[in-house]
Amino acid sequence: MNDIILKTITKLLFPYILLFGFFIMMHGHITPGGGFSGGAIISAGFVLYTLTFGLHAAEAKLPHHVLKKVETAGVLWYILVGLVGTITVGSFLTNEQAGFPLGSAFSLLSSGMIALLTIGIGIKVASTMITLFRTLIEEHHD
Amino acid sequence: MKHLTALLFVALFLVLSWGVLSMPAMGDINAPAHNNLAEYYKTQSLNDTGAANVIAAIITDYRAFDTLGETTVLFTSIAAVVSIMGATAKKGDKHE
Repeated sequence: MNDIILKTITKLLFPYILLFGFFIMMHGHITPGGGFSGGAIISAGFVLYTLTFGLHAAEAKLPHHVLKKVETAGVLWYILVGLVGTITVGSFLTNEQAGFPLGSAFSLLSSGMIALLTIGIGIKVASTMITLFRTLIEEHHD
Repeated sequence: MKHLTALLFVALFLVLSWGVLSMPAMGDINAPAHNNLAEYYKTQSLNDTGAANVIAAIITDYRAFDTLGETTVLFTSIAAVVSIMGATAKKGDKHE
């Protein structure tokens, strides 16, 4: 779309949408939200960018091979955090027993494994939704 | 073959109806779903996990294995979509 208003507003809003998404993602264990909602907001920012500036500009901003690696890293990170419990106490995906520090409740650095898992889910959901949108829109482009 | 499929569907529908009818009534206080687990989550999740958000405590601590499955479902679905859509896009390129 070649509209000056749309392009300016998107340029202004894009970083703040990403920031809001990361905020929701990182505060998943304190406030309503979490990995799924935070990842959806981040991907909404990229969808807006793709719709305004076109597929090629979005591809230059976040190439497909990076997305592919991030997507795999999300799942692997989740499993790795779970395997910490397997190594220390012998059961998969345990929080306090595995030695994760719980910290003081209501602070950003608290709840041990939950905060780490939420970030893994967030990047997974964001990269999945961006990839899905790009794959579907490519069909119409060609 | 067509009759056999129809019969199979009728049989499955009967099994489903029987299953739904044998479920506890809506709002039944003695239903197995209303056990003391919800009360435990409400009172103990802060001590157990240190998370102020009870929902986050449930989905990424008590039922973390379920969420691992959910994440894997996302991964599998995107792999399936990209393998199908990507294959058709490449075929289109060759024809042009």
